[in-house]
Amino acid sequence: MFTYLLAFILFAVGLYSVINKRNLIKIIMGIIIMEHAVNAFLILIGYRLSGEAPIIEEGATVTEFVAAAVDPLPQALVITSIVIGLGVVALMVSLAVRIYQHYETFDITEIRKLRG
Amino acid sequence: MLPLFVAIPLGLGFLLPLLEEFRERSKLYAGAMILETGFLLALSLVKFGDKGIYRMGGWPPPIGINYVLDGLSSLIVVVISAIAFVTAIFSLTYMSEYRNLGKFYGLFSLMLAGMYGVALTGDVFNMYVYLEVAAISSYALVGFNRGPEEIEASFKYLVMGAVGSVFILLGIAMLYGSVGSLNIAEISVRVSEMADKSFILLSTALFIVGFGLKAAFVPFHSWLPDAHSSAPTPISAMLSGVLIKVLGIYALSRLLFNGLNLPELAPQVLTWVGAGSMFIGGMIALGQKDLKRLLAYSSVSQMGYITLGLGMGGVLISQGKPAIATLALIGGIFHLVNHATYKSLLFLFSGGVEKLYGTRDLSEISGITGLSPVSGAAGTVGTLSISGIPPFNGFWSKLVIVIAAIWGEMYPLAGIVLFTSAITLAYYLKVQKELFLGEVAERAGLPGKISPGLYLPLVILAICCIGLGLLYLPEFRGVVLKPAALALQEGSEYTKLVLGL
Amino acid sequence: MNGMSRIVKTVSRWVAPFIIAFGIYIALTGHLTPGGGFPGGVIIAGCFILLTLAYGKDRVKKIIGVGSAEIVDSLASLSFLCMGLLGYVFGGSFLSNFIQAGFPGNPFGLLSGGNMPIINLAIGFKVGGSLFVVFAFLALFRAIEED
Repeated sequence: MFTYLLAFILFAVGLYSVINKRNLIKIIMGIIIMEHAVNAFLILIGYRLSGEAPIIEEGATVTEFVAAAVDPLPQALVITSIVIGLGVVALMVSLAVRIYQHYETFDITEIRKLRG
Repeated sequence: MLPLFVAIPLGLGFLLPLLEEFRERSKLYAGAMILETGFLLALSLVKFGDKGIYRMGGWPPPIGINYVLDGLSSLIVVVISAIAFVTAIFSLTYMSEYRNLGKFYGLFSLMLAGMYGVALTGDVFNMYVYLEVAAISSYALVGFNRGPEEIEASFKYLVMGAVGSVFILLGIAMLYGSVGSLNIAEISVRVSEMADKSFILLSTALFIVGFGLKAAFVPFHSWLPDAHSSAPTPISAMLSGVLIKVLGIYALSRLLFNGLNLPELAPQVLTWVGAGSMFIGGMIALGQKDLKRLLAYSSVSQMGYITLGLGMGGVLISQGKPAIATLALIGGIFHLVNHATYKSLLFLFSGGVEKLYGTRDLSEISGITGLSPVSGAAGTVGTLSISGIPPFNGFWSKLVIVIAAIWGEMYPLAGIVLFTSAITLAYYLKVQKELFLGEVAERAGLPGKISPGLYLPLVILAICCIGLGLLYLPEFRGVVLKPAALALQEGSEYTKLVLGL
Repeated sequence: MNGMSRIVKTVSRWVAPFIIAFGIYIALTGHLTPGGGFPGGVIIAGCFILLTLAYGKDRVKKIIGVGSAEIVDSLASLSFLCMGLLGYVFGGSFLSNFIQAGFPGNPFGLLSGGNMPIINLAIGFKVGGSLFVVFAFLALFRAIEED
């Protein structure tokens, strides 16, 4: 379980930042950190001790490859997840720029036109 | 045929912003949207009741991604298509004074593609990708008007939705790490053979939190009133009518019932969360003055009914009473279909009200039946249905849930359902008294009537509200609702359909 | 925003075609080497961002502009969808690899992937165009109009 400890600590740091910080940019950074933590966790799941990269060389057989290689499926999942994270962060930053133009501040305790 | 549900909205979503570069013709884009949703509605009605799978790219099931059409997903696809068709007709007239309509309809089409994908797919990570497609399109659509309140609501929705998605991804990662496969049928086969299920329980907890943030369960509901009241009206109708159901309750129940074989305490947690949502949503809605915020809190409350029905079904399955469990599941799914119709009716009606009066404050508007009798009648049908008055459809679905609770000997839950129905009747009576009756209020310089493009969808939905009450009768219930409930209850049928075992 | 000094402008003008070629190479051989559509697209967008930073926003708005990037973006995604539908027509299911069924090619060769290189190239141009549009709206158009 020690190998996954770093990913969980990063996730907790990101979650703390989203919940407790008052600056909009720090909330955005918190979400970015959480997504990176989950991507790291996904790759670590496919890891095998002293494994090799999952690329077939010339003249290798399939059974040797399966016995030695790291799992390639989480790597494909992580590529997709990184791109999804990119889209969400681009949208968040554009909205933060617009909020600054309307409200002149990044502090979430002052951006409260909607109540009730 | 199944990929057409995803491919056609994706194609239109890429094509409409391209056409907007050359010429801006909003009626053409709205017309294309109506044609597309009409075609998909016809296709979904033709394929209703079929059962089958489709292999993407020709790869066989445990390796490849496959799309599954069974009782529950065909019903959800019909509901999505119907609400999208009616909303597209409404937005032809309503959105005519906005700019950049090519991007609006493109994003709307992408949101539809994401929702169809979540409803049809049989692979866990594919469901996550389509969920993100639909969610990101809806984040952008909520803030479409670019005023200060809309941007604030969109940002709040975005942050909470992104946190929910990260929790779902962590749950998927943990599930893959302990099971080793991503296909939902394959996961259910391997989970039933596992001895140590502690990682499955951890994944379940993460899924309930993640999908709960998307479906606005009670500790996580704070984005819903802001987002649903600040969005443009057709988007509010789509969000409250189908998006929170497909992305929240449908995906969660597909994973819990069919994929994870109902882990230990999950149905009990769903029941408590459902009861809490019903109660707290109803109480806060009593004090609202803005019409759209009241409707949004009412959505939180009604989602509690659906969750309660599905949770009770799960509890009764694990207690070994299959017949009553089917009844509880039928109650939850029936309420899902009903809520889609009358909540979108009410949101579209509030859009017409906003156009007539220029404001949404309940203390300033009154007497709509004097101004526009047709939309007033349709709005009355909507409020009576959601309160649960006899011949309309809300009464029948709440009756099924209460009967299932009493037969299953869960009397406190039946009491909470009846109490919340009384509260719902109370605040909708307040809406009726302020809005419908009384003298016509002062409205300087605003149009005198609602054009037919705005009240025709309301009439269609009102007819559906009256007609759907017939689903209580055993003949119709057996054809439409019972296969959906059985698809959730009997996981072995799902596995046989997908893997051919 | 003004551009940078003359040295930066000259070097980036010389290096830009190589960066675009490198991005297309990474996108095209996605089935053999690490990479694929998304990293290739990010490199292509990075080249245009480098040119924007070196030359300043006025010249870039005149010469490249945002409209052409949006057109490339939409055309690339429509071509991805067309490849999927062609798979439907020729191969039997959506997105099936019909070219590989017809022309297998040598293993580890460029043509052995079937319709994978074409799809990777389409994804590369789409991601490049989208990232450049996002950057352009955040950096080039400072006074966003109120409406």
